Amino acid sequence: MTAVFSLQDVTLGYDRHPAVHHLTGSFASGSLTAVVGPNGSGKSTLLKGLIGRLAPLDGRLERNGLHQRDIAYLPQQAEIDRSFPISVMDMVLLGHWRTIGLFRRVTHDQRAQAGEALHAVGLDDFDQHPVASLSAGQFQRLLFARMMLQNCPVILLDEPFAAIDPRTSADLLKVVLGWHGEGRTIVAVLHDLEQVQESFPDTLVIARELIAWGATREVLCAEHLLRARQMASVWDDRAGLPPRR
Amino acid sequence: MDLYAALLQPFVEFGFMRRALVACLALSLGSGPVGVLLVLRRMSLVGDALSHAVLSGAATAFMIAGLSFVAMSLGGFIAGLVVAMLSGAVARMTPQREDASFAAFCVISLALGVLIVSTHGSNIDLMHVLFGTILAVDDASLLLIVSVATLTLIMLAVFGRGLIVECFDPGFLRASGGPGAILHFVFLTLVVLNLVAGFHALGTLMAIGLMILPAAVSRFWAHEVAMLAALSSLIAFASGYVGLLFSYHANLASGPAIILVAGGVYIASFAFGSHGSLRAQFLMRRRLEA
Repeated sequence: MTAVFSLQDVTLGYDRHPAVHHLTGSFASGSLTAVVGPNGSGKSTLLKGLIGRLAPLDGRLERNGLHQRDIAYLPQQAEIDRSFPISVMDMVLLGHWRTIGLFRRVTHDQRAQAGEALHAVGLDDFDQHPVASLSAGQFQRLLFARMMLQNCPVILLDEPFAAIDPRTSADLLKVVLGWHGEGRTIVAVLHDLEQVQESFPDTLVIARELIAWGATREVLCAEHLLRARQMASVWDDRAGLPPRR
Repeated sequence: MDLYAALLQPFVEFGFMRRALVACLALSLGSGPVGVLLVLRRMSLVGDALSHAVLSGAATAFMIAGLSFVAMSLGGFIAGLVVAMLSGAVARMTPQREDASFAAFCVISLALGVLIVSTHGSNIDLMHVLFGTILAVDDASLLLIVSVATLTLIMLAVFGRGLIVECFDPGFLRASGGPGAILHFVFLTLVVLNLVAGFHALGTLMAIGLMILPAAVSRFWAHEVAMLAALSSLIAFASGYVGLLFSYHANLASGPAIILVAGGVYIASFAFGSHGSLRAQFLMRRRLEA
């Protein structure tokens, strides 16, 4: 199988301070991978590296011909201004950005597709509501509807189910599995290990370095998780000191 | 005094009042929507910083070229753009956030402006231009104000979608390969242009008022960008009209009178508006308790 992202000894970080070191491996085309690890283990940093927002400090990261616009990226919620005066419909229509861009008008078909996407995430009657009136769970549904329209072959999700109700989480997981069924490549940062075991074929465990990467069955064992947790407590002890290099 | 004498006669009788009113109308059309975007981006203080830059630019131009309309407009425009670019560059190249670098350049340019004005402080012409002379708007400044308003509306029509997305979800725009940096530049240029237009009528220190206050007011009454923009233009123009009448009848300085009327509308909206005002919050709480 061809790889969508291949990493060769990649180190990523900010201001020359590495957040995650020496990752080697690849995300196969059409794979559905969960990224797990303790807080501060570099999971979000890895996604930012994959999408190209952070250049590797060291090593090689290949996207194998993918453009940035072929990758849909769902950041953690804090990065979007949820009080902004925009309607749910207008927000979803942004998913068509690749075709409408700055200037082209939205066609009737595109509007219909937006309606279908809202239906698929259970927001049928909300199209004229202001975004600010949505709950956290509804807002997450809205972001998923927008990603449906983006129609990207590669999808990166940063904690898509954090801080939302279990029903929304279950509904949106179905959407993710649907994308997997359509052959898209998906990488999701997750916390709920049970959910990972049930639904995600592949798992990558990181704790500022690679702990394990492969089939979820083999990777999510007690030994790996214990190691990840130990790595986490080691950094906590050093938290006040400057990074090593 | 009857209604006609109070509300219309000054404009019918005096050409300078009619000019002032037209200047207010044009300024409102441009500054209203630009102000809405500025407030939505939480960049109100950046607008303030840019207005100080325009002040020092216009003052410098006055020193070099004397009381030349073209030189002072150009000076203000260039200084505004330079500060906008420098602040953006500092924010991009250093860990310092953009609001901090804008504040730094704001104080620097304000000090520079005040220094220049104080050395020529006795000059009545300079004081007029720096602190506003809406009652003496001449053909050239009226032309400039109207051109800026026209250009602003055209740019907003062309780049509206991009400007809104860049404001609301810049991460998405970047990830979709949208031209975020260019849009940001277009937006800052529009802010500076409208400040330059405003300073001929209201003075550099008051120009920002007609941008920020109506936009802040409209947030208490509407929840959709196009509606906010229309409302804030309307409020700006109404403030201009009422402010001009006040200044005419009570013999007050026109610039501050206009801004104070807008300020009064702001305080009333803050108390009684339909969205998020004290009244709206009170009603919401009562409904929840009932």
